[in-house]
Amino acid sequence: MSIGWIILLPLCGALAAPLVAGRTRAASAWAAAAATATALAVALSHAPAVFAGETVQLLYPWIPAIGLDLALRLDGLAFVFVLLVLAIGLLVILYASYYLPAEDPKGRFFALLLLFQTAMLGIVMADNLLMLLVFWELTSLTSFLLVGYDPSKQAARRGARIALVITGAGGLALLAGLLLLGHVVGSYRLSDVLAAGDLVRGHDLYVPILVLILLGVFTKSAQFPFHFWLPGAMAAPTPVSAYLHSATMVKAGVFLLARFHPTLAGTEVWFYLVGGVGLTTLLFGAYTALFKHDLKGLLAYSTISHLGLITFLFGLGTPLGAVAGLFHIINHAIFKGSLFMAAGIIDHETGTRDMRRINGLWKYMPYTATLAMVAASAMAGVPLLNGFLSKEMFFDQTLDLDLLGGVAWLLPAAATLAGTFAVAYSLRFIHDVFFNGEPVDLPRTPHEPPRWMRIPVEILVALCLLVGILPQQTVGPFLEIGASGMLGSPPSFDLAIWHGFNAPLVMSLIALGAGVLVYSSRHWLFATHDRLLPRTSGEAAFERIAALLLHVSHRIMAWIDNRSLQRYAVWLVLVVLVLTAAPLVRHGLTLDGGLAGEPVDGVSLVAALLVAAAAVATVVAARRQRLLALIMTSIVGLVVSLTFIHFSAPDLALTQLSVEVVTTILLLLVLYLLPLGEIRPTPRWRQIRDLVLASAAGLGTAALAYAMMTRGYEPISRYFLEFAKPHGGGTNVVNVILVDFRGFDTWGEITVLGIAATGIYAMLRGLRLKAPTRGIGGRPWSADAHPLILAMISRPLLPLALLVSVYILLRGHNSPGGGFIAGLVAGTALILQQLASGQQWTGERMRLGYFTLIGVGLAVATGTGLAALIFERPFLTSAYTYLSLPLVGKVEVASAMAFDLGVFLVVVGTVMLILENLGRLTSGRTQTAPVSPGEER
Amino acid sequence: MAALLALVIGLLVGCGVYLLLRARTFSVILGIVLISYATNLFLFAAGRLATNQAPLVGEGPPYADPLPQALVLTAIVIGFAMTAFVAVLALRARGEFGSDRVDGKPREDGP
Repeated sequence: MSIGWIILLPLCGALAAPLVAGRTRAASAWAAAAATATALAVALSHAPAVFAGETVQLLYPWIPAIGLDLALRLDGLAFVFVLLVLAIGLLVILYASYYLPAEDPKGRFFALLLLFQTAMLGIVMADNLLMLLVFWELTSLTSFLLVGYDPSKQAARRGARIALVITGAGGLALLAGLLLLGHVVGSYRLSDVLAAGDLVRGHDLYVPILVLILLGVFTKSAQFPFHFWLPGAMAAPTPVSAYLHSATMVKAGVFLLARFHPTLAGTEVWFYLVGGVGLTTLLFGAYTALFKHDLKGLLAYSTISHLGLITFLFGLGTPLGAVAGLFHIINHAIFKGSLFMAAGIIDHETGTRDMRRINGLWKYMPYTATLAMVAASAMAGVPLLNGFLSKEMFFDQTLDLDLLGGVAWLLPAAATLAGTFAVAYSLRFIHDVFFNGEPVDLPRTPHEPPRWMRIPVEILVALCLLVGILPQQTVGPFLEIGASGMLGSPPSFDLAIWHGFNAPLVMSLIALGAGVLVYSSRHWLFATHDRLLPRTSGEAAFERIAALLLHVSHRIMAWIDNRSLQRYAVWLVLVVLVLTAAPLVRHGLTLDGGLAGEPVDGVSLVAALLVAAAAVATVVAARRQRLLALIMTSIVGLVVSLTFIHFSAPDLALTQLSVEVVTTILLLLVLYLLPLGEIRPTPRWRQIRDLVLASAAGLGTAALAYAMMTRGYEPISRYFLEFAKPHGGGTNVVNVILVDFRGFDTWGEITVLGIAATGIYAMLRGLRLKAPTRGIGGRPWSADAHPLILAMISRPLLPLALLVSVYILLRGHNSPGGGFIAGLVAGTALILQQLASGQQWTGERMRLGYFTLIGVGLAVATGTGLAALIFERPFLTSAYTYLSLPLVGKVEVASAMAFDLGVFLVVVGTVMLILENLGRLTSGRTQTAPVSPGEER
Repeated sequence: MAALLALVIGLLVGCGVYLLLRARTFSVILGIVLISYATNLFLFAAGRLATNQAPLVGEGPPYADPLPQALVLTAIVIGFAMTAFVAVLALRARGEFGSDRVDGKPREDGP
């Protein structure tokens, strides 16, 4: 089967686990185990090819334009990691099915666990940098969800959050680093990147690339100073800790060190950065682990320390160092996985993880104790166990470094010191938990766990022994292919347990002896540690920084977004001014384009003065005399429509005139409902600022308009003028453009009208406003809501107005008019009835819903357009013909007229919907709280 | 004539912007209305000014440019819908916050 299945099967399992969760208690676990086991079988089926030195590949081009392919590779390195992820995954699933409480939602747990497994497999098998990154982020996300598996615990939420922020931030750095790397290499294919080592190392961007990628690595692998998320993540259920936070996910970081070894390693920067951080983490983690009273806390810091060790080994940049690093990755996964599981059993059986309380468990669970002791000895590096071998290789590596010159002895010394602490904390794990007197008031009496819960631990501990005793026969071949996958050509290395009495062995013996000494003086050490070292932790620093960032961003937000429309508008106007002025200043603007226009005539001058006066009056009156301001605005509108008619635009004039009427009614209704109350006057400086801004905007627009109008241009509308009659069948070119040439635009436009009306309807629904009882000058509103004379005059007007409207609609194709204008006229006529006779009276007579009108209108317009498709013409193609009617004679019928009818209906519906609902708001109030005429008189 | 219309457009924009920067919704609505007028006139002027040349085929060339007219016609109608939307938004805001202020200080409302 294709190697794609190795990733797909766990994904399928992740989908299946919650689906079958309800069947039986262990159904989810079985589904998860089956998926993992099958994936493992698929991986193993490729073993012969991989052992033969081949790289099994899978490539589907996905988005080739940005270099993103669905590319997988299974080389030796990937194969070792795939085995590690799947095999330990299988054991963790078995363990978890016994560990989790029966009432837990296991479907969710196993789905997340398998999702994580998918992501992890994706990282190790990705053959494309971008894909690797996607899987990388996926591990951060699933880790977040798994740490926060029990959201009712505060520690879980907190741990999950910190883990996500730290690893997520690292992921961003990694993204930048990988993009740069891909850019430098010119390809995102891993194969190309691995072959381009010399190019990358010699490139100017090498250091930025390295630093960014290392940030990703260090955050993920919990290297100092980013280590603190890992102890926090121990709030996760223990199977998760065993799987993600010791055996696999935290290894993703060091996996990248292995993967990019041929491309990035071997420089001095690499050595000092990777090696330095690794060594610091190694020492810091080993020292801190000794002082943790929490069982899982000790293991967490031990993990940090071992990750530091692995990082250091890769940091050496030598082939042998890389092999030793890979070896320790495998060994650590085995013994730390089993130790976490043992810790979980102890937690499970005793109800606590505090080592000051759990003592002397040997008596209660000797079998588990034996297993845990073997695994802990492997962690300490005791001979005949796997940890010993890789630690020897590590000691050996520290000895033959000539980089540091005179202080070369420092490295072996530091290594021995770290080894000493490792022995001490391992000893503490063994002695404190299983011996050291009697347990201190445990919540329950411990006994051996269920048989099946121990099996995963047994398997792992057996592996510790097997690898430790027969390294060449067991782990040797895997190390060989892993190293060749990593380095191309593996160096020769010797896995024997006995190399003779040499320096590394001496270092091991010193560490063992000193470790025992350190542990035996632990009481004094604990006291000194508590007294001398301040209680600062990375976690607290993180919280402080996070709080500071939040505070700063709140301040910035409060400054930018202070809920003041004025401020936004000021910024908007300013930006527009600057953006418009900048190119004009740069290139210069000649105001007068030279096109001679008509001279100013007296009427135009008067009209202009009228507009100017009305506009200024609007501004002056807007604050106190709002009705006057509204009237002044209408004057502006009326003169604008006169302008249109003067400059040869009868259609525009008609539209503007009818819109003016509707707008004025609308604003009158709004005015009634807006409060009159006084507010503090704007400060003088702000008035001046606004005046300056307004003047600049006005002058700028005037200059632009003048410059535009005095320049000649080449109109693109000759086509419309020429073909309006022969193609569109109408002589009113503006209308033909609207319903025919640019019909699609109009179609979109009436849709927008319908949407606006719907939005307004939604906003008005359920709106309760306190209507004022008194109007301008404290006078009460007239109680006579519907004046009789208006009602009597408006009723006979209605049919006349509708007749006019239909006339305007029908003639629109050839003379000024059309659907928009006719709709506005009809809408005004209908609204007049409402104003004159009231909501109730018109409501009883107006049967048609306004939404229906809008809907039918849109349907008619759309239908007209679709009809063209029947004749295999594009959407909205129009046709026309001539009919000979008796009496009337030859009549032209164009399909565009039906479209215009649709426009008409939508406009009527929109106008009515808006005004009627607004009117309902006002009339409903006056009726419920009328001012009785009797009281007033 | 061009200069006169340009001045009118400029004045409308200036008045509109000043009203837009006021603290209460009604002024802002009027400001938007004025700016809409100015915008429509500006767009219309892009077809240059011509008298007695309505784009009705059959009355004989020359004709005024019909394209800006068609654009402005729809702009006027959409402008109405937008004015209505903003006005109703102002009403809704008053219903929700009990104030018609848009300067970020609704608490200091008058009686």
